[in-house]
Amino acid sequence: MQKTFWGYRRENGRVGVRNHVIILPVDDLANAACEAVAHNIKGTMAIPHPYGRLQFGADLDLHFRTLIGTGSNPNVAAVVVIGIEEQWTQKVVDGIAATGKPVVGFGIELHGDHDTIMRASKAAKEFLQAASEKHRVECPLSELWVSTKCGESDTTSGCGANPTVGDAFDKLYAAGCTLVFGETTELTGGEQIVAARCRDDKVRADFMRMFDRYQDLINRHKTSDLSDSQPTKGNIAGGLTTIEEKALGNIQKIGKKCIVDGVIDKGEVPGGPGLWFMDSSSAAAEMVTLCAASGYVVHFFPTGQGNVIGNPILPVIKISANPRTVRTMSEHIDVDTSGLLQRQMTMDEAGDKLLEMMFRTANGRFTSTEALGHREFVLTRLYESA
Amino acid sequence: MIHCVLHDPNDSVAVVVVEGVKAGMTLTGLILDEDRTLNLPCVQDIPLGHKVALKDMATGDTVIKYGIDIGKVVAPIARGQHAHVHNIKTKRW
Repeated sequence: MQKTFWGYRRENGRVGVRNHVIILPVDDLANAACEAVAHNIKGTMAIPHPYGRLQFGADLDLHFRTLIGTGSNPNVAAVVVIGIEEQWTQKVVDGIAATGKPVVGFGIELHGDHDTIMRASKAAKEFLQAASEKHRVECPLSELWVSTKCGESDTTSGCGANPTVGDAFDKLYAAGCTLVFGETTELTGGEQIVAARCRDDKVRADFMRMFDRYQDLINRHKTSDLSDSQPTKGNIAGGLTTIEEKALGNIQKIGKKCIVDGVIDKGEVPGGPGLWFMDSSSAAAEMVTLCAASGYVVHFFPTGQGNVIGNPILPVIKISANPRTVRTMSEHIDVDTSGLLQRQMTMDEAGDKLLEMMFRTANGRFTSTEALGHREFVLTRLYESA
Repeated sequence: MIHCVLHDPNDSVAVVVVEGVKAGMTLTGLILDEDRTLNLPCVQDIPLGHKVALKDMATGDTVIKYGIDIGKVVAPIARGQHAHVHNIKTKRW
């Protein structure tokens, strides 16, 4: 396996593999101005979303943590923040500024969209031109942060695509990388396997507390046995029958050797190298958005039936072992490991094939999701707005 | 050609990994954990990704995949039949 990759070293020492200048709305009201700025300044990217007003408590904390984390991600060179008013805008700016990267904020009130767009466009142009002069440098593999989450899984995910990620994770873990998995409810039926892989009793207790909390949430709100939702209709069409079966396939992603070194809440930044569990939704765009907010820079996304999700910040590498999906949805699949199911490829070879694509992607190759323009940015909400 | 795969030799179901599996065929199954094959008569058409039963199972039996409990039988299943939501259900939630 290669020992280095080519990335952008940021002001805080972290390494990114993309060089985005993003135009980040604090709230839904600022989406139009952000999109106008991104239209004016070619090569910048607006990240519109529907939230940010009248949230409170832990839900508001998560909103800020996700926006600040997104802007702080090392795949981002610089950030223009726009909100309806200045105070919450400044809070996001201050959070991102802690990384040392260029960031500036604009409040729309007392100015209107036109004036805001003009001033923000001027700032965005300067940021973009400065970012365009950044160069990739050779970085040790251990500085690469890699996340995983699967989607539109079917039974081939558990036999092929997910164990491919697991084999790659085992190798990256040994190389000292920082890794994460999550999808709390999709561990149901396999939670004891994850618990047994935890580093010590404290991590195990933290994991089980998160797992049990999510089970309580499901039990409080469910109107059936959740078979209408977990497994999804797509999962069932693909042959998955129960949540337990789906979970046991899901867990293949953490390989056979990785230890769960710690747990983090949604969008929190892990405290060191190793494999982390993030308490998170299993909805694809929510989970990948949280991985970006936690600082991960490359994502492994195994799929069976063919989930087309991408992310604005993270290159999302799609892996499938379903021979029909790699035939009918080839434009979405970066790594085909269907040969595993015909004994034409060993698991070691499949993991290496994924890692080869990971290095190419980290070094700059666009993933299918990037080429196709998939930029699903979905904020997790905990409860109603005030 | 491998028609279906199973993880653990004690699994009660295997996953069909090719299109066109029809009743009357003899299936070749790959045991992933042991890298060896077995043969199995197929008695129903089974789509890609869906499961074929490796043994007869009665209502209330536990279904084993990955060597682990994945749910309970809710309608009898014969060896070689299609095993899915019409005859298996979660034990959770």
